[in-house]
Amino acid sequence: MCAVRGLTKTYPAVRGRRGTPGTPAVRATDDVHLDIRRGEIFGLLGPNGAGKSTLVRQLTGLMRPDAGRVEILGHDIVRHPERAARILAYLGQESTALDELTVSLAAETTGRLRGLQARDARAERDAVLDELGLTAIAGRPLKKLSGGQRRLACFAAALIGERPLLVLDEPTSGMDPVARRAVWAAVDRRRAERGTTVLLVTHNVIEAETVLDRVAVLERGRVIACDTPAGLKEQVAGEVRVELVWRETAPLQVPEVAALRERAVESGRRWTLRLAPEEARAVVATVTGGSAFAALDDFTLATPSLEDVYLALGGAAQQGLVKA
Amino acid sequence: MVRQESDRPSAYRPEGEQRDVSVLPADVLPGGALAVEDAADGAAELGPRARMWPALGAVYRAQLSRARVARIPLLFVATFQSIGIMILMRGVVDGGGEAESVVAGSSVLVVAFVALNLLAQYFGQLRANGGLDHYATLPVPPAAVVLGAAGAYASFTVPGTVVTAVFGCVLFGLPLTHLWVLVAVIPLAGAALSGLGAALGLLAPRPELATLLGQLGMSAALLLGVLPADRMPEVVRLARDLLPSTYGVEAFARTFGADPVWAFVAGDLAVCAGVGVVSLAVATWAYRRAAVR
Repeated sequence: MCAVRGLTKTYPAVRGRRGTPGTPAVRATDDVHLDIRRGEIFGLLGPNGAGKSTLVRQLTGLMRPDAGRVEILGHDIVRHPERAARILAYLGQESTALDELTVSLAAETTGRLRGLQARDARAERDAVLDELGLTAIAGRPLKKLSGGQRRLACFAAALIGERPLLVLDEPTSGMDPVARRAVWAAVDRRRAERGTTVLLVTHNVIEAETVLDRVAVLERGRVIACDTPAGLKEQVAGEVRVELVWRETAPLQVPEVAALRERAVESGRRWTLRLAPEEARAVVATVTGGSAFAALDDFTLATPSLEDVYLALGGAAQQGLVKA
Repeated sequence: MVRQESDRPSAYRPEGEQRDVSVLPADVLPGGALAVEDAADGAAELGPRARMWPALGAVYRAQLSRARVARIPLLFVATFQSIGIMILMRGVVDGGGEAESVVAGSSVLVVAFVALNLLAQYFGQLRANGGLDHYATLPVPPAAVVLGAAGAYASFTVPGTVVTAVFGCVLFGLPLTHLWVLVAVIPLAGAALSGLGAALGLLAPRPELATLLGQLGMSAALLLGVLPADRMPEVVRLARDLLPSTYGVEAFARTFGADPVWAFVAGDLAVCAGVGVVSLAVATWAYRRAAVR
């Protein structure tokens, strides 16, 4: 349904002016190839600055790539960027265009601008606001809402005037669990009823693992892996993650702890280790007994997450992916 | 891509009813799946396009409601500014032709404040923080977005301009007979100034610059429109002729006379209309350019 071939975009170097240093040219997307299938929830995962939003802007016709091809439902989006607006709905990170409108008018206007007749736009507005539980706040301007509610209102605007492809750039950021559930339930319903495809940008690992059918991991503009979350996790199936948090400092006088130090990623009082299961058992046994235990504040033992996959694939940003 | 129930932890799914729904394999979804291959057979039908007039109406309505939420205090400021200027000038000007141009200039200044200054700021900010993406990913003609916003801002000047004009006439003892000419002056001066404002806002590389240009435009309208022209040096008078608001001021000022020459009024208003058409066309072009980078 959506095929991306060799998509490349380089931001030109910026010459430094007085007081501001220049930046070198950045390859924001670098020879990206993707195939998104109809009806799937496809995710783009990566740390800040990995090129997720740039890639999405090129898929939605907002930015022209330097090279490469984007085809959505048989339409060449690079050559006809204006067609993207008639195939997909885009939820960007910014809500400035809608901020001073009421929830209800934001949804209705967006529907009208998506080509709906006035009566249809009003009917769809009522249905979508009801579906997402926004009816009670329909008369309030977006500006006066909390971040999560505002996001949900923008999501409502994106759903009006059915499109076969939804491109959602971090749709649930700032939302409480109830709103998140409303979002994913609405997505599921459209997928089951109409085969709607979803392209989701996220740097939330937990969400990526639970909602995505397939995920492409981006790192400095390149796709470094693309598979189902389960498939990706199999790549690091042999490892478990042990996190140790010391009370003050690590008890380096214990020889086993001292030996662990060079394998740990240290971040303040926290040590993170990726170990084979039997090694992990031994480490847990060591730190939960004897003098090391006195210095231990907390520990966790976890099976690999997509974040571990990202790091195992050579992802450079140690703290780039948000877990919660 | 066949999904199994175990693939999808149900953390986000409240009820069992939807669970049934989401275990559908993508392959059996309506219309057949795995469409990357299918796409070669023929392009899918495109969604509808928003037509010009309904889209313009929708943008206009939304912008008008926006202004209602956010702009009312500024409208008071615009009106009080003009009234204050007239009261100040009352001490300097003692009726006659100068009073006419002060009243006309102050009235058109309200239009300049809102349509030029505020609209330039609005589009400058919208462009800078990605707000244009919203419109750019909707199938709406660029002209509808620009004209809808410009029209809404011009409409918003109506009460302030009317109040200023009436107050000025009473203050300087001018006849109220031909005030109806505002019906033509506001939309035409509004078109010229809001087109200019939109173009400045959309062309300015940074939002601060858009704000600055809008403010400068308004200051120019203030100085060159309100102060009587015959006391100005030649250079300033030339600048005055280049500013579109001048023609709105002149058209309005001419109608205070006992027997206005309507041909000149119409001529001045035609200049406003011409500038309006050109500047709105430029603004539409600038919008198109700003929306797809």
